[in-house]
Amino acid sequence: MKSAVIVFPGSNCDRDMASAIESVSGRAPEMVWHRDSDLPAGVDFIAIPGGFSYGDYLRSGAMAARSPIIAVVREAAERGTPVLGVCNGFQILTETGLLPGALMRNKSMHFTCRDAALRVENARSVFTHGYDEGETIHVPVAHHDGNYQTDADVLDRIEGEGQVAFRYLDDINGSARGIAGILNAKGNVLGMMPHPERAIEKAHGNMDGRRLFEGLFEKVF
Amino acid sequence: MKARVTITLKNGVLDPQGKAIHHALEGLGFSGVEDVRAGKVIELDLAEGASEDDVDAMCRKLLANTVIENYAIEMVD
Repeated sequence: MKSAVIVFPGSNCDRDMASAIESVSGRAPEMVWHRDSDLPAGVDFIAIPGGFSYGDYLRSGAMAARSPIIAVVREAAERGTPVLGVCNGFQILTETGLLPGALMRNKSMHFTCRDAALRVENARSVFTHGYDEGETIHVPVAHHDGNYQTDADVLDRIEGEGQVAFRYLDDINGSARGIAGILNAKGNVLGMMPHPERAIEKAHGNMDGRRLFEGLFEKVF
Repeated sequence: MKARVTITLKNGVLDPQGKAIHHALEGLGFSGVEDVRAGKVIELDLAEGASEDDVDAMCRKLLANTVIENYAIEMVD
């Protein structure tokens, strides 16, 4: 089994993500620089970490979404490789079009850094089957642009198809219908604003994020 | 030749920045504003031979996110 973490200039949760992957899977991921035009051979899981790629210039995730490595990530996603984007990684996935919608400035205009209570809406995907449907979990958020928006038709469609993976129990950032994380139609791409890689060990305060990686690695490896 | 690209949020898309500006104006005593929408202007200094079509492609590929934004191109001599 092999994982890859994509690193952009301005990524700052790449090492947290690597540490979480290693802690759960027992094997450190390959760190892949954004200018690379290939993934290491045999990668079974790709993580796009949080941070502020390219300083959030133009729009959060906009520049990173056009980098050479993302074209390869897109091909892997289309072949069915699981791809997880957290925070800035979620923003990048929407900018690439692998996930619908867009992440806009928080309704409050403030950077929000706190624990968020989430309801697991879909516990059938490779990422979420370690949870129970309807279960409440706690995962930290830390973002300025986490306000998920898209038009009503797309919202109805993704709700109807079970693509909403996680929903905030409180209004954290103004997201349409409280959406905190969404899957693509095939269910192998997950984008979420909360940081599961920051809820891995006892010292983090809770270990609810660990179960996402445990469930995923059980399915993938 | 220069191109000026004006990027605005689509109608109906919540604009927290515009709302904050509106509140700030009200706080300063300007009561005559119904709504504020914030956007951005990008000026491109074009190389010889670059056309409006090229700028349009740039807008679609990078400069605007057409999920939430509209753009308008103005070619300036």
